[in-house]
Amino acid sequence: MIPLKIVKRDDLPRNKAILIRTLSVALSIVFAGLVIALLGYNPIIVFTSMVKGALGTTIRIQQTTLKAIPLLITSLGILVAFKMKFWNIGGEGQIMMGAFAATAVALNLDLPKPLMLLSMVVAAMVMGGLWAFIPAFFKAKMGTNETIFTLMLNYLAIKFVTYLQYGPWKDPSSQGFPKIAAFSDAAILPSLGGVHIGWIIALVLVVLVYIFLNHTKKGYEISVVGESIETARYAGMNISSIIIISMMLSGGLCGLTGMIQASAVEKTLSASLSANYGFTAIITTWLAGLNAIATLFVCVAFAILVQGGNYIQISMQVPASVADMIQSIILFFVLGSEFFLQYKVTFHKYLKVKKEAK
Amino acid sequence: MLVGFLSAAIIAGTPLLFATLGEIFTEKAGHLNLGVEGMMYMGAIVGFIVGLNTHNPLLAMLGAVLSGSLGALLYAFLTVSLRVNQTVCGLTLTIFGEGFASFLGQRVMGSIVPGDIKSFFVARPIPGLSSIPYIGEIFFKQDVFVYLGYLAIIASTYYLFRTKKGLNLRAVGESAAAADASGINVSLYKYVHILLGGALCGLGGAYMSLVTVPVWQEHIISGRGWIAVALVIFASWNPIKAMGGAFLFGGLSILGFRLQSMGIHISQYLIDMLPYAATIIIVIISTRKNKKEDMPPADLNTPYFREER
Repeated sequence: MIPLKIVKRDDLPRNKAILIRTLSVALSIVFAGLVIALLGYNPIIVFTSMVKGALGTTIRIQQTTLKAIPLLITSLGILVAFKMKFWNIGGEGQIMMGAFAATAVALNLDLPKPLMLLSMVVAAMVMGGLWAFIPAFFKAKMGTNETIFTLMLNYLAIKFVTYLQYGPWKDPSSQGFPKIAAFSDAAILPSLGGVHIGWIIALVLVVLVYIFLNHTKKGYEISVVGESIETARYAGMNISSIIIISMMLSGGLCGLTGMIQASAVEKTLSASLSANYGFTAIITTWLAGLNAIATLFVCVAFAILVQGGNYIQISMQVPASVADMIQSIILFFVLGSEFFLQYKVTFHKYLKVKKEAK
Repeated sequence: MLVGFLSAAIIAGTPLLFATLGEIFTEKAGHLNLGVEGMMYMGAIVGFIVGLNTHNPLLAMLGAVLSGSLGALLYAFLTVSLRVNQTVCGLTLTIFGEGFASFLGQRVMGSIVPGDIKSFFVARPIPGLSSIPYIGEIFFKQDVFVYLGYLAIIASTYYLFRTKKGLNLRAVGESAAAADASGINVSLYKYVHILLGGALCGLGGAYMSLVTVPVWQEHIISGRGWIAVALVIFASWNPIKAMGGAFLFGGLSILGFRLQSMGIHISQYLIDMLPYAATIIIVIISTRKNKKEDMPPADLNTPYFREER
């Protein structure tokens, strides 16, 4: 018998929680360093060049920001659903459908720039929201499991866009190359400070989502449903409508990511546009402890890891896969540390008593 | 023509069969492991490298089993012992597995599986059975890996529904608290079956790298792990139905190209949507029917902590 006793913590002082988190990140970096050394690279050089590669020059900071924007907006979307314990793992698909709707507007309408961009945003958010409405409806009315449902919708959306790209939407002027026509200038988001204005949208959304979840009646209802459906029902809340509204909001935000990526980054629609942001956002949202402000910091940290990983690939010929592995090692450690945030490990008292008796 | 297609559907479905079976065991223990794709990658690359160096097909399969279980062990430690959120942990395992395979795979990129292994995995008709018209052609003129899949399905069905251990496992997935109260070692059952699940996913990955493709290439699994996660629901956690589903989905994955070669032009990408749409419909129908045996294990995706009973 292992003389360990695990007890659930009642409350954890804030500074202690931060200490445990910091320790886990530090430990994970040490461990990742060991792995890097085993692979035959100097971990100190790898880490310092990752930081330099992500933050060293203005251009690199811009690159990092570019990677943080889609992650942040998607995370905020996922957050709204997770707050309700609705496991929306369909961010990928909602991004794709948002991008699809924005592209449909961009390629088919001829509007002045502000109106064009606004229509694209609306189309993308509505489409992303509708794509999320499907599982939300079945969850609210029949209790259908949303995890699998949203996961499947990802593949439907990606295959659908692939079909468009290789079929009806293939640009005839691309000489047989399967790609969709590039957007006209009116459909491309303007830049500010060297990065498209998605970064301003993202920052504004952080504040809006924070206020929505923490300081509005709807936001409060969402967290009550997340805590306990029974309590919500007892309090007379309309659970179906709360599930559907917050899930559509979640999908709408993911759809917005799709619009931004299509408009400002890819400048068209492609089957690889969602680039796993929908999945990565689940991790970042979770690591941020379902808090909108913390999401900002976690997403920036993640973007630094990704951009740093890209940089060492070029500068040190460290394969991209090493960066992936470092990322997942850090994640495993931080995830594991959650245990120590929630539980306290102590030695069994009776064993001590036994020893004293001897 | 049709027989040839169905026989090819079985080959396309075999990696799915192993991975689906693996995820069934994991979910029966109450754990949703979204790391199937990652564990398949780990099995694919380790199986391939061992095969390349030893020229021994059995060692290659053993390597795949071990590496798949290693990925599952990481997941089990975090979710069973440390009670980390299963969805997040599984996703992280997928990122890890892909990175792991792509790193190890760099040195063997484009290498071809050695001849000794290729010749081990040629179609070997089973005497007697293979001469049954149509059925023999389709099911019993396959390679030994496919036959191993059949055996795994039979053994799993027997284990899950006809043995005491299988009953205990289902009890753990339905209600860990009740299982614990009746004296079942919940953590042990969870660990063993999550690891078994990883081993089977590893084998599914190895089938891709050793038999289907026989050349190492990046993105070799390309989403099959996710199809397997869908198939588990499609098969309502039943190994026999999983076999049917795996071959059906395998068939769908090659249908478009077959039809095109016959002059019928339907986009493979539209056909690719069918398995996912079918799974969604099945998820909806199964919640409507509310039939006990078609439902997910009641404790799926909920961590178990004894003191919270």
